[in-house]
Amino acid sequence: MDSAILIGLYIFVLALFAGAELIAKVPPTLHTPLMSGSNAISGIAILGALVVAGESLTLKGNTVVGVLAVAFATVNVVGGYMVTDRMLQMFKKKK
Amino acid sequence: MIEWINFIYLLSAVLFMLGLKKLSSPATARAGNNLSMLGMALAIGATLLSPEITTYRMILVGVGIGAVIGGVSAVRVQMTAMPEMVALFNGCGGAASALVALAEFQAAGNAFTPFSMVTLLLSVIVGALTFTGSVIAFAKLQGLVPSRPVCYPGQQLINALILVATAALGVAVYRDPANTMGFFYLIIAISLVLGVLAVIPIGGADMPVIISLLNSYSGVAVAMTGFALQNNCLIVVGSLVGASGIILTKIMCDAMNRSLANVLFGAFGAGDAAVSGEGAEGGGPQGTVKGYELEDVATVLENSASLIIVPGYGMAAAQAQHAVRELGDILGERGVEVRYAIHPVAGRMPGHMNVLLAEADVSYDVLYAMEDINDEFSETDVVLVIGANDVVNPAAKTNPASPIYGMPVLNVDEARTVVVLKRSMNPGFAGIENELFLKENTMMLFGDAKKSVQGLVATLKG
Repeated sequence: MDSAILIGLYIFVLALFAGAELIAKVPPTLHTPLMSGSNAISGIAILGALVVAGESLTLKGNTVVGVLAVAFATVNVVGGYMVTDRMLQMFKKKK
Repeated sequence: MIEWINFIYLLSAVLFMLGLKKLSSPATARAGNNLSMLGMALAIGATLLSPEITTYRMILVGVGIGAVIGGVSAVRVQMTAMPEMVALFNGCGGAASALVALAEFQAAGNAFTPFSMVTLLLSVIVGALTFTGSVIAFAKLQGLVPSRPVCYPGQQLINALILVATAALGVAVYRDPANTMGFFYLIIAISLVLGVLAVIPIGGADMPVIISLLNSYSGVAVAMTGFALQNNCLIVVGSLVGASGIILTKIMCDAMNRSLANVLFGAFGAGDAAVSGEGAEGGGPQGTVKGYELEDVATVLENSASLIIVPGYGMAAAQAQHAVRELGDILGERGVEVRYAIHPVAGRMPGHMNVLLAEADVSYDVLYAMEDINDEFSETDVVLVIGANDVVNPAAKTNPASPIYGMPVLNVDEARTVVVLKRSMNPGFAGIENELFLKENTMMLFGDAKKSVQGLVATLKG
């Protein structure tokens, strides 16, 4: 197994543990924003999509796939963060 | 350059983690979301500087379309429709992962290591089924397709055969990627179908589980894309999202005392559709339903010292959250101690009720999770159940024959008086009768939840 794969697996497993610790501390009252917020960051696939959409000056079949991927990922990122922010600003403590 | 980009990805990953950490309290959560946004902006900015990108024209097209759709939906969506919205955004994330993997496969020809080939295939399969699965969840929540489980003979066998076929095609592509492009497209098509078939047999009341699970799938898809592209930022995020979805899935399953397999394959509530609609004739629990008028209920509420409000999906369906807050305020001003008890699976997604009550300006420190308030019902004067059913059914504690026996429920029956606002005597989503409605200390107030609560407010102001 080459070392890049191994490093990737290390990162994957350690991030799983870190994520589980962080998320276990989120109170039930914030579970919906947790979902929409983690949803927004899963739009990180946009990093791969940007490269595909922008790597060729001529329009190839792959460019179309790339543009579609960018559009889907952007819906996820922009929509996810905005809706999370909309919800979180409503959580207030009153006297 | 590549090193710098990767360094910025590390910063982004740290910001995503800090963002999640700040979600541990409502007071810091919004700042956390901003940190997470900053992380995303940094990662995108760094990628745009990558030497592989030669033109921004098509990128702008994609970002423009996506930003408009995402932004407009995020601003317009009603809080009661949040489960559908989250499902749809989630599906978009799955689609994006699958498309990136598809592009990678088309571009690389046969230059694959076995590991990247496997991860690419997994990314396409999981991404595609997350997409259609989420779309079906959206359609069920919107009522575009029946929210009751859709079942047909041999359902599980067919799904299993499809899964085997997908695996076989995957092996064929793995062995000879250069000459099996057609198979690769076929895998995508089958995965899309599988997403539909996997979600249609799941009932509306089980949606909190399915939405959580689809959330974790989209994380898995991103992580697999990350492996295929050797992009560590995608791997970290995929892990975080995958972990988040799995933890929520487990919390939801535990809150229903059911295994994930039972939720996925049990078609819960499918067979009981014909349970009697009026009263409790036949072999059901004994007792009589006592319907009351607004004035009776208003008097009871006014004369109580402590009140616990238990909201359920019915409150969301009737958009009654603002009226409920008003009722709470009026009673609070008259010296009644008003608290809210929220069952983990109340509503259609984790935390659904909390968001609605927050929208209506209810202070988050009076919203109690089940385990924090369940011992207090016995010392409470009045419980007001608004559009909740199975989560307050005492049969879960007492009747081993009940389909929900063993499910943790709110102990509302222990309060001195229970007021239940309900549209009709139809059984809840799981199709199970509720003996709470027949108990001696239960007062039923029939009608639309919003109208009933508004009526109570008007009567109290009288």
